[in-house]
Amino acid sequence: MSGAPRRTPRSFREATARRRLEGVLDPGSFREILGPAHRVTSPHLAALDLPVSFDDGAVVGQGLLGASPVLAAAEEGGFMGGAVGEVHGAKLTGLLRLAERERPAGVLLLLDSGGVRLQEANAGLVAVSEVMRAVLSARAAGVPVVALVGGGWGCFGGMGIVARSCDAVAMSEEGRLGVTGPDVLEATKGVEELDASDRALVWRTYGGKHRYLLGEADLLVADDLGAFRAAALSLLSARREPGLEELEREHRHLSRRLEDLGGFSEATEVWRAAGVREPARLPGLEPEAFLRSVSAARRGDR
Amino acid sequence: MERLSFEFACPGEPAPPAAPVVVGVVASGNLEVLVEGGGPPGRCRLVVETSARGFGEIWEAVLRDFSGRHPLSGLSVSVNDAGATPAVVSLRLDQAVEEYLRRP
Repeated sequence: MSGAPRRTPRSFREATARRRLEGVLDPGSFREILGPAHRVTSPHLAALDLPVSFDDGAVVGQGLLGASPVLAAAEEGGFMGGAVGEVHGAKLTGLLRLAERERPAGVLLLLDSGGVRLQEANAGLVAVSEVMRAVLSARAAGVPVVALVGGGWGCFGGMGIVARSCDAVAMSEEGRLGVTGPDVLEATKGVEELDASDRALVWRTYGGKHRYLLGEADLLVADDLGAFRAAALSLLSARREPGLEELEREHRHLSRRLEDLGGFSEATEVWRAAGVREPARLPGLEPEAFLRSVSAARRGDR
Repeated sequence: MERLSFEFACPGEPAPPAAPVVVGVVASGNLEVLVEGGGPPGRCRLVVETSARGFGEIWEAVLRDFSGRHPLSGLSVSVNDAGATPAVVSLRLDQAVEEYLRRP
């Protein structure tokens, strides 16, 4: 595995949770906390006679980013869609509480999750809400928390809320962010509301480009570990002062957004209204070309 | 779920005292393999938790082959399986041992 440094992009989306952490943090710096050998697995899945994973789908630990100490977590989407069970959530919460105590340069959350693990019912729901509270607590203690969203499962349900509770979010176009995911939306509101099998529509609606244009993602990056690493480095200093003022500003922003955009039914209409010329070609653009063509149109007033 | 345990004679080199390694993911048709050292000398222990019941004989054959390929004394292998085929299991086991032996 030695030789010249690899120049080819290494996909974030295709990597496992551990590989993502290795690729985003300084090489060789990651030290896992409560790793798989500790075998802290889900008691709920075992009770339901379902397969467990040695790390319950959450990898947490400490490392360096640009030589600064950080804490970092990555969800493994391959295990139950990154769904948050009691142990999985407790590992994220524990890491954020450790951040409050140790004051690292930041916490990175590499989120890849469909939301709560339904099999764990209330224990899962409580776990997700504890993660939300812990994010806000760490931020209140002055530790920036940054979400990186570029996995195949996107970031939905409670974890979508967790991402937006962070100081900043970096996404690839391939990453998706939302609360109610496409399949759930179609199941509850009907195919007329959203056809979950229309992948282009799903990505226009939930994908990184739309989230970036709405100002919900701070950075849009290519699906590449190096690009996510660069994004994490630049966002560590993007701390937003949490508190009542920020909350009120955000509420004003969201009310305005609902007034301005609430009548539209398609992302391309939103982009056109924001001043993007030829919005239909946005989904086909590489990140750099995309960023050039939308720089004036982004609703970045967070 | 079915739990299967195996122990084979492994008279080879002792497994190095490296950090545990996990490879693979518990997803449909896939499995995770955790490799550790420090087991009883001269033996190789393997524990499998699988969602596919009734395949004990096939597991025994696949794992016996594996321990023949890598007769590391004191090796301990733990598997969480979600219905992987024998070929996938063999590849994952080899991958896990290769990564384990590469560890400092």
